Amino acid sequence: MKTRIAPYRCAGGLHPVYHKSLTAGAAVTALPLPSIFAISLAQHLGAPARPLVKKNETVGRGQPLAEPAGFISAWIHAPTSGKIKAIDEQWTATGRRATVITLESDGEDRWADGYPLPPLPADADRKQQIDRVAAAGIAGMGGAGFPTHVKLSPPPGKTIDTLIINGAECEPYLTADHRVMIEDADRLRQGIDRIRRLLGTCAVRIAIEDNKPDAIKAMEQALQSLDGDVELIVLPSAYPQGAEKQLIYSVTGREVPSGGLPMDVGALVENVGTAIAVTDALDSGWPLTERVMTATGSALTQPANLRVRIGTLFETIIEHCGGARIPPVKVICGGPMMGTALPSIAAGVCKTTSGLLLMPADAVHLFESTPCIGCGRCVMYCPMRLMPCTLSEAGEAEDDELLEAFRVLDCIECGSCAYVCPAHRPMVQHMKNSKARIALMRRKRETSRQRES
Amino acid sequence: MTEKNINLAISSSPHAHSGASVRGIMLTVIIALTPALLWGFWLFGWPAVVLTATCVAACVGAEALSRRLMKRNLGIGDGSAVVTGILLAMCLPPSLPLFMAVIGAVVAIVLAKQVFGGLGYNPFNPALVGRVFLTISFPFAMIQWTAPGPPPADDTHAVTAATPLAAWETEWSGQDETAGFFEEFPLVDLFFGNQAGSFGEVSAFLLLLGGLFLIWRRCVHWQTPVFYLGTVTLIAIILYGIDSQRYLSPAYHLFSGGLMLGAWFMATDMVTSPVTSRGMMVFGAGCGVLTMVIRVWGGYPEGVSFAILLMNAAVPLINRYTRPRVFGTSKS
Repeated sequence: MKTRIAPYRCAGGLHPVYHKSLTAGAAVTALPLPSIFAISLAQHLGAPARPLVKKNETVGRGQPLAEPAGFISAWIHAPTSGKIKAIDEQWTATGRRATVITLESDGEDRWADGYPLPPLPADADRKQQIDRVAAAGIAGMGGAGFPTHVKLSPPPGKTIDTLIINGAECEPYLTADHRVMIEDADRLRQGIDRIRRLLGTCAVRIAIEDNKPDAIKAMEQALQSLDGDVELIVLPSAYPQGAEKQLIYSVTGREVPSGGLPMDVGALVENVGTAIAVTDALDSGWPLTERVMTATGSALTQPANLRVRIGTLFETIIEHCGGARIPPVKVICGGPMMGTALPSIAAGVCKTTSGLLLMPADAVHLFESTPCIGCGRCVMYCPMRLMPCTLSEAGEAEDDELLEAFRVLDCIECGSCAYVCPAHRPMVQHMKNSKARIALMRRKRETSRQRES
Repeated sequence: MTEKNINLAISSSPHAHSGASVRGIMLTVIIALTPALLWGFWLFGWPAVVLTATCVAACVGAEALSRRLMKRNLGIGDGSAVVTGILLAMCLPPSLPLFMAVIGAVVAIVLAKQVFGGLGYNPFNPALVGRVFLTISFPFAMIQWTAPGPPPADDTHAVTAATPLAAWETEWSGQDETAGFFEEFPLVDLFFGNQAGSFGEVSAFLLLLGGLFLIWRRCVHWQTPVFYLGTVTLIAIILYGIDSQRYLSPAYHLFSGGLMLGAWFMATDMVTSPVTSRGMMVFGAGCGVLTMVIRVWGGYPEGVSFAILLMNAAVPLINRYTRPRVFGTSKS
């Protein structure tokens, strides 16, 4: 194992105000078991899961509540034992409405029959292990929520030669991964080892931003015992260094092709939390029912890093942290750069929820946007080397031809452009709208073509 | 949190902002211009002060009036009209009759900016359009240069003097003996600003300071001024090497006329310059070539205004052909 500086430097590179000191030194504490849970069935990328339980049914911890409804989908499990109170549509942590199962805890926190599942040793059948990862409902915990078992089973012809563990945590405010690397380094090593063995022979790169020297040290120590081609890569602290494509480039110098997946360049990126979920599933037989997240923001009385069960209400977390110090004007699920502004704090924590951020009035910018003045800052800072100013104007004009020619679909919505824009243009909103509209048009064209043939 | 139905603000990510604003940028530009502006005031006295005040007032007034006529929100708070006013004044002869300055200001704001929809939509640099309009409309008044320094005792301030570029083109270029020119216009005077000319353009040194301040404050990308000045220097070196009797030395080209103001404050105008890195290089180099072509072979002794305006017209094209290669694609 050796440590080295990231060999490549990706485009862009913002230096936002990080605000990480609010929680960077706070050890992870477990949130006391709440009495009520709201479990969204659309926590992962892909098709929402199909419910398996009925109202008033009693469930045990780890019992499947919903099954995958497609190849890209995921199992969802009961975070504790209790009774199903409702299954209905609600606002979720993703800022969209989705089917939500409301579970009332019985306070016993009793495992369901047959759970935890028997541990699977590293020499167990590979398919059996991947099925276990799927059965544990693991989806990328960095935020994208891509089902992990799908990533672990590349189609024939694709080989993965580099496993990258994402400990960059480049979003301001968030310190959950940071604390996990310090406090849970051994379990993390175990998780990394399990994923590596599932992939066969491959290099392992653990990537951490240089603003977390204590995490780098802890991981250096923990990884000593890991043999083979293992390297700890120290990244420059620059947003969005932890974005998948940028991370792969910084570590390997390979560019994921436009519209492609990391496996197209032989890479696989797993978040720190996901790696721990994998060892939990394989070595302890636990389905994914909890995660570590950061509750923070200057409007929160007592910012903290918390271990919470999936489905814990944001209200409960705010209450646990001493409530709001000053009335929050915006509540963000995730970080300030890519997080979602929540319409309601009655939503529950998802597998992808890395943070809860309470912003008071003085931290919220509600700008009036003015015409682009062509300063070129967005072009300089775009990590995908797009021309956000042009795309934003084309988006307003709904000029789809121009949008596609200037590759709006390659936008990763990192928000760097809008962060630096002196005209306060809602660039990311324009991008999201344009991407959704173009995707819809393509689907329509596709269906009409199918109908004709 | 006791009340559940708190009113939460909803907006698209990102939920953080750098704090940059159009107004902040304009303010930075004004600060960067201040040293050269104050030097001009000191050198040419009250006429320069009154000229600047007139241009700024006319620009802001024209902006407010046209916004109101178009039934748009006033929008003068962004400070762009103030910057246009200052820039226009700085590139005029200090003793220009004030009514001409007002005409220039109105043309700059109304014809060059608001007609297109206001800040952000104007293809040409408004101050330069105003200046060029005046150059064409009042060719004689626009070359009545005041001698620098305190006015003589009898207060006949408008002692006309020659600018180095004009003197070289009309009197010295190609002469066998050119030492007189260098005696009349010592390089150090040009650099620090003890010369006749548009009152804000005289001190290359202070404009350079202002320009570096803009780069430091990230209000200007380095590519445009570096490629502009670099191209001028390169062409001047070549010409000077060919015939030093006929062509001025690179240093004289750099430190005289409107080049410093143009390269740091006009060519870098965000709205009318490219947004891509390579585009700014092409734009800067293009300005340099055109400036030298006009200076050396054109009918006017100075070509900065025309050069930048001509390159302004090419900006959409430059942006199009200098698109960066998008991540993950082989070709842009």
